[in-house]
Amino acid sequence: MMRTSRGARIAATALAVGSIAVLAGCGTSSGGGAAPSEAAEELGDYEGQVSILAWPGYVEDGSNDPAVDWVTGFEDETGCEVTSKSYGTSDEAVNLMKTGDYDVLAASGDATLRLIAAGDVAPVNTDLIPSYAGVYDFLKEKDWNSVDGQSYGVPHGYGANLLLYNTEVVSPAPTSWDVVFDGASAYSGKITAYDSPIYIADAAVYLMAHQPDLGIENPYALDEDQFQAAVDLLKEQRQHVGEYWSDYLKEIQAFETGDSVAGTTWQVIQNSLAAESAPTEAVLPEEGATGWSDTWMIASAAKNPNCAYAWLDWIASPEVNAQATAYFGEAPSSQDACDYREDCEAYHAGDADYASQIWYWTTPIAECVDGRTDVECVDYADWTAAWAEIKG
Amino acid sequence: MTDTMSAPPPARAVAAPRRTPARRASAWLSAHPRFRLAFLLTAPLFWLGVVYIVALVLLLVTAFWTVDSFTGEIVTEWTLDNIVTVLTGALYQTVTLRTVGVALLVTIIDVAVALPIAFYMAKVASPRAQRFLVIAILMPLWASYLVKAYAWRSVLSQEGILEWILAPFGLHTPGYGLTATVITLSYLWLPYVILPIYAGLERVPDSLLEASADLGGKSWRTLGSVVLPLAFPAIIAGTIFAFSLSLGDYITVNIVGGASQMLGNLVYTNVGAANNLPLAAAIALIPIVIIFGYLALVRRTGALNNL
Repeated sequence: MMRTSRGARIAATALAVGSIAVLAGCGTSSGGGAAPSEAAEELGDYEGQVSILAWPGYVEDGSNDPAVDWVTGFEDETGCEVTSKSYGTSDEAVNLMKTGDYDVLAASGDATLRLIAAGDVAPVNTDLIPSYAGVYDFLKEKDWNSVDGQSYGVPHGYGANLLLYNTEVVSPAPTSWDVVFDGASAYSGKITAYDSPIYIADAAVYLMAHQPDLGIENPYALDEDQFQAAVDLLKEQRQHVGEYWSDYLKEIQAFETGDSVAGTTWQVIQNSLAAESAPTEAVLPEEGATGWSDTWMIASAAKNPNCAYAWLDWIASPEVNAQATAYFGEAPSSQDACDYREDCEAYHAGDADYASQIWYWTTPIAECVDGRTDVECVDYADWTAAWAEIKG
Repeated sequence: MTDTMSAPPPARAVAAPRRTPARRASAWLSAHPRFRLAFLLTAPLFWLGVVYIVALVLLLVTAFWTVDSFTGEIVTEWTLDNIVTVLTGALYQTVTLRTVGVALLVTIIDVAVALPIAFYMAKVASPRAQRFLVIAILMPLWASYLVKAYAWRSVLSQEGILEWILAPFGLHTPGYGLTATVITLSYLWLPYVILPIYAGLERVPDSLLEASADLGGKSWRTLGSVVLPLAFPAIIAGTIFAFSLSLGDYITVNIVGGASQMLGNLVYTNVGAANNLPLAAAIALIPIVIIFGYLALVRRTGALNNL
């Protein structure tokens, strides 16, 4: 008895000391702030696994819906075992990438530049990705996926942040964002909004149409006055907001139970609600909308770069891209993908004019992104601070 | 006497223990009690120091740094900006007041509910019923915190069971908001308040209650002059649980709190969404200061001996 308890004690001591050593080790290894390396020149053997960080619905292995699965095919073909994590806001993604745990990331335009600047993602040699050739030209070498002509990833798809409403409660059917801004009092307490500072741009898009005097040219380039107007509009809206969402499951549930009846959404949420035959509809309001254009990127600290390149090629291949973008409810990245989808028309896939009308998420910086040089724009740090104040 | 002296010495029943290294070490340890104590305590104290104290100190230190707003990297330059922001910002004052208000309300509700239950368990119920009640109170602790919070989300929803029950009386569910948060938190922390009060009341001797009755004290008089003063430290111990747990909570308010935010949410969004760890650390100092203040206050009541 004595002997075992002493043995146990020594073991516990060893364990304790060991864990401390491990913890201390963790403390120093975090943060992948290394300067971006050169893009890969050639590919080697597959490592057998790949870790992916993406928006919900981007990496589906059939566990949510057996019919929705484009991971298994990849695993069978390459032998790269996929582990994935989904995130709710771009800020979360930027933060998670700093852990260095992920090889591949699907990022929106409000995250990509920040990731590139921080050295968290590596340049991508698109010559190593056969599927890249088929991608729409108007998606290639854009501000949000390239720097100085060097590509940092492969376009995935693009879409707009829509207006979701409960067809039984909200009538007449809304065609304007008015229902969540100036007309929000009609549904006070049941309005919902996306819980991220980038939502301030949605208010700016609304102001572009309804208060032209402000002279907003780009919702991500707001000077002090324009920004204040958007913030005031959102503070007004705050009184009528039932809850903010960043977890898409929370929004689905709130619309199912009628706790929310109108608010911003993604097509994938409407698809889920329709599948449960909830009385909801999603529209693109007349003012236009903010939206996203997503890019698959590779971490600069990727442990499995070859599997990462294989995934980029796989997800950009027409059939898989069609499947993934259709499931999320966005336009695919290539014309070939439309051969596998029947709803390409609805998303205006390939229509460069339409694509240019969506205000893609971009990180607001002090140097106005609309090209103005006479004023200084409000940068993202202030957007973040203002967002906390709006919520109060 | 002489017989026993002259008798041959009995053969040793047990052989002398073999002198293994472990045995030698233990003999040496037994002769050096101070070293033994140091040997025993070093690892756990090291653990406490590194994981608990150092983590807290690191948090404190982080509050004096800033973040590069574009790349999100932490800039390790000393500045008081975050502390000043947190102390002077209207947002933080409002949210602090709201959080303390919620925590106080939850504490008061929990104590009000826990007192009669604990008194019944300790002084009225039969031993059998007592055991049953203890199990009944511990039972919710077996379920995950998240499950309970989400359960309340559906209970309080517009189509939830609460609406269904209240509708015939012309009342409505409070919906998601601060009221829902207070209700849910009160439910979540109730066992932590009942148990210490129950333990405290059980230590009040029955003879004192009888003595009070013999001297003519009615129920309320006995309760006020005998039971409450004796149980007071236990009640304070219960309030520490309810108060401190509510003060740091951010998940419940996220699930049932609608659009409202508490201090925990500000910390969470600054770490998770805004990626501003230094500001988050500065905000996290607020509840720490409040809790230390509260603990300093209740230390005088002797309640800490009851935890």
